Amino acid sequence: MSARRQLIRAGAYLDSVVLLELQRRLSAEPGVLRVAAVMATPANQEVLAEAGLGSDETRAARPDDLVVVVEAADDGAAAAALSRVDELLTQRRQVAATAARPRSLESALRLLPAAHWVLISVPGAYAAEIAWNALGAGRHVFLFSDHVPLAEEVALKRAARQRGLLVLGPDCGTAVVAGVGLGFANRMKPGPIGVVAASGTGLQALCAHLDALGTGITQALGTGGRDLSADVEGIAATQALRLLADDPATRVIVLVSKPPAPAVAGRLLAEARAFGKPLVAWLLGVPMPARRVGNVWFAATPADAAELAHTLARHEEASAPDFGGAAAGAAEAASGAAARPRSLEGGSTAALPVMERPVAHAGPEGAAPPGRWVRALCGGGTLATQLVAGLQLLCDPLYSNVALRAEQQLDDPRTSRGHCVVDMGADELTAGKPHPMLDAQPLAERLTAEAADPEVGLLLFDVVLGDGTNADPAAVLAPAVEAARERAAGEGRPLTVVALLQGTSGDPQDLGAQAGRLTDAGALVCRSLEDALAAAWEHVAQWLPEEPAAAVPPAAVAPPFAAVTVGVEAFHASLVAQGVEAVQVDWRPPAGGDPDLMDLLRRMR
Amino acid sequence: MSGVLRHELQRCERATDAGGGGGRHVGAPSSTGAAIDEANRVAVERMAAVRPLLAGVARAGDVIPGLRPGMLLHAGPPIEWPRASGPLRGAVIGALIYEGMAADAAEAEALMARGEVTLEPCHHHSAVGPMAGVTSPSMAVWLVEDAAGGRCAYSNVNEGYGRVLRYGAYAPEVLDRLRRLNEEVAPLLGKAIGAGEAVDLRALVGEALHMGDEGHNRNRAGSLLLLRALGPRVPRVAPDAEAAAAALDYLGGNALAVLNPLMAACKLIADAGHGVAGSTLVSAMARNGTDFGIRVSGLGDRWLTAPSPVPDGLYFAGYGPADANPDIGDSTITETVGLGAFAMAAAPAIVTFVGGSPEEAVGATLEMYEITVAESPHFTIPQLGFRGTPTGIDVRKVVELGITPRINTGIAHREAGVGQIGAGLVRPPMGPFVEALKASATALGIVG
Repeated sequence: MSARRQLIRAGAYLDSVVLLELQRRLSAEPGVLRVAAVMATPANQEVLAEAGLGSDETRAARPDDLVVVVEAADDGAAAAALSRVDELLTQRRQVAATAARPRSLESALRLLPAAHWVLISVPGAYAAEIAWNALGAGRHVFLFSDHVPLAEEVALKRAARQRGLLVLGPDCGTAVVAGVGLGFANRMKPGPIGVVAASGTGLQALCAHLDALGTGITQALGTGGRDLSADVEGIAATQALRLLADDPATRVIVLVSKPPAPAVAGRLLAEARAFGKPLVAWLLGVPMPARRVGNVWFAATPADAAELAHTLARHEEASAPDFGGAAAGAAEAASGAAARPRSLEGGSTAALPVMERPVAHAGPEGAAPPGRWVRALCGGGTLATQLVAGLQLLCDPLYSNVALRAEQQLDDPRTSRGHCVVDMGADELTAGKPHPMLDAQPLAERLTAEAADPEVGLLLFDVVLGDGTNADPAAVLAPAVEAARERAAGEGRPLTVVALLQGTSGDPQDLGAQAGRLTDAGALVCRSLEDALAAAWEHVAQWLPEEPAAAVPPAAVAPPFAAVTVGVEAFHASLVAQGVEAVQVDWRPPAGGDPDLMDLLRRMR
Repeated sequence: MSGVLRHELQRCERATDAGGGGGRHVGAPSSTGAAIDEANRVAVERMAAVRPLLAGVARAGDVIPGLRPGMLLHAGPPIEWPRASGPLRGAVIGALIYEGMAADAAEAEALMARGEVTLEPCHHHSAVGPMAGVTSPSMAVWLVEDAAGGRCAYSNVNEGYGRVLRYGAYAPEVLDRLRRLNEEVAPLLGKAIGAGEAVDLRALVGEALHMGDEGHNRNRAGSLLLLRALGPRVPRVAPDAEAAAAALDYLGGNALAVLNPLMAACKLIADAGHGVAGSTLVSAMARNGTDFGIRVSGLGDRWLTAPSPVPDGLYFAGYGPADANPDIGDSTITETVGLGAFAMAAAPAIVTFVGGSPEEAVGATLEMYEITVAESPHFTIPQLGFRGTPTGIDVRKVVELGITPRINTGIAHREAGVGQIGAGLVRPPMGPFVEALKASATALGIVG
């Protein structure tokens, strides 16, 4: 036996939608069978009548009266439900905790126009699409996602370079930009060291060591592990290095990379040579050619790189801002041997020669321009190998009879090709002849022959002094140097001759006199491999192709950092925890992940 | 992203092509994309340029192009009589009785079964109608014309709540009431319109959004604004006080009075954006109670359809989802131009439809920005800092994001004549949007 109760309240206007909601809630009360909650308008009177819920009282109600009728299993239930009307009317629904999230990058950027970075960590198949949109909107990209096709990475980075934008990644695990950690970032103190890393965990290892040394960073720009590959050509690393080179707060730069294409790494180092700032390179899988070449230092491990960078930064702070070249030597001399940190020992033992940089000129495309090649003629076999290690970073193609890689193999050591390092002491060249350390004549003859080749621009040879060696090598070599330079000058082409002179002050040949005569002949006399390499690098750097690039503005990495994040929720949470303005896109695979539709959409955007 | 920017990027990409794509498409934006963006920009620009004016009231058969005796117009995409749902059947029966072509339901059914009456969509005749949308030649229609001249759109006269023809009711009292409306009230309102300046419906709905309307399910403020505009003119043109009172009571008492002229205004706006070659914008969304259909600006007059879904909503006492007819009506023309559910943030009074909180209403509008290419320069939302409502639904975005347009709607009983049994929200099916995307790709020569 059901029971019915009703409530009539005069002059209580309630929107019909509110009343429908009330009706729904009352219906959910225990024992309730049917409910009507209406304003008593004529139309609603009809509704009540048709539902059989009308009564004399409700029929007497006026249009601006509220009528609530509850039919329940028993009177108690009806009364209980009706007693809850006010509570239900005033009770606010639980507001959804999260604010509406944008579903696309486009609308996220409308919500946070100040976001100059887009962090992407969606599955690789979808990531490039978002990166393209970000670039199109003029935003820098941190691309955490892996499995992005190589061709896509190359296309993205080239487009970014044209527009002065950064694409860090794909597969960029970590970065610290403007003091904000992105991806798997470590919390770092600010400090004088700027990091460029084509290695996520390498970057993190370095940061840990820097922190342990009590120092910190300006920026740590991950580039993605493939950035220094031959395909990607170090586009992001080049942009990042230039940013740090121009950043006054960055005193020392550290370059980290998974095994790079040597030529790509070399190009970056050549560019770094021109910055003047000290740069520490920790390049996995690349033999260290020297401890240092000018302002470029080589490190073997992350701890080594951190210690070196930290020491150099402190050194920078204590000395002139212009490091490298003669100024470095002067600064080192001024600071005194006692103040020189252990880690710098093994570096250059002499001031670098001050070189006049030759006027850069590019030859016609295709043919090697005159004066391009570097030719090194070594009496010492070890030196030859070291030169191959040092020059292979920059010299492409490089050939040698002491090749480190198969493609460098020089078939006939009597005939040079391309950039070339010849071990003059090799068996094929010394058969039936004295070793060049005993007789400089074959070296002088080869020097003359190489100098006659108009494609050769830098000749490098070594002179090793000491008991039992050639009694007066300069007597043979200086005239050859002089003749070679005169011939080149006569033909109107530049020719640099570098003599690496190795000996002691007590040697019978008289170190000073030998150096003097070679210098007088026009040779640039170096006392260490590092200085000789520096001269060679400087020469080669003239011919590095200049890619059209728009400079990345310093604002790209300046605070305040603001970003749109697409993908892993934790990365957004991390930004928020760091006090950064960030908007997370509620991302789903486009077109529900349907590959055909995705392809169609791609072609229609 | 602007079309220019996309184009520029694409050019950069070509200039530096790695050549390593190996046949796989490298995702730089295409020139096709730029062309589509431009076509869409043109379409929304044309829509924004329309200024719809309420110009008068006339007999449908006298003004609607192509509407001839023996023809009935209906809501939604084309439909054959055997597939018509309850509310549409009831409305057709009622209209045939109203026109004197049938004496009762049986005669009307027989007429239809013999194919002696032509059914055509309102949309094919520059017209729109809510729910069943059935419009016959002798009914009155609102005339809405573009201030720029030339084009006109039409909509029938809203009967208010309760038992009404648009929900398929055709009892004698329903038709009597309809006749009074069509023959007395509407012509008088037409005279009132003629007695002064045409009413600017774009300005009217813009103001109504600031008063809590969203232009589809809530039109209380807009109807009162129409009362305000025509009220002073009515006594001057009315034959007597009773007639004047009836007309004023209609405008003030029917919270849906302005819906139909507003829909005609929306039709005028949407049609302006139709027919731009290469455009992927939706130019019409409509339901006939059986099918949901869309038209796309660059795809000509074809409809892309799928079965119409049952709305998710709140039901009047005694009714539930089992009683509901699949969604019906041309009123989605409001959403097509950025009103209705797209302007939900403006209408806090009806937030219950979207979950109950004003935040959720704001979220509903924000979601629609995801699938649109522009913001209306005329319809703004105070709650969003007077941001323009989301306008110009791009089928590319709908498919990419998996977000179909939100639609506010009334719920009709599945049986003819019962009427409205609730109101709520409906999401159209994704199918027509996917088909539209593919058809656009074909039209653009991307796929064979």
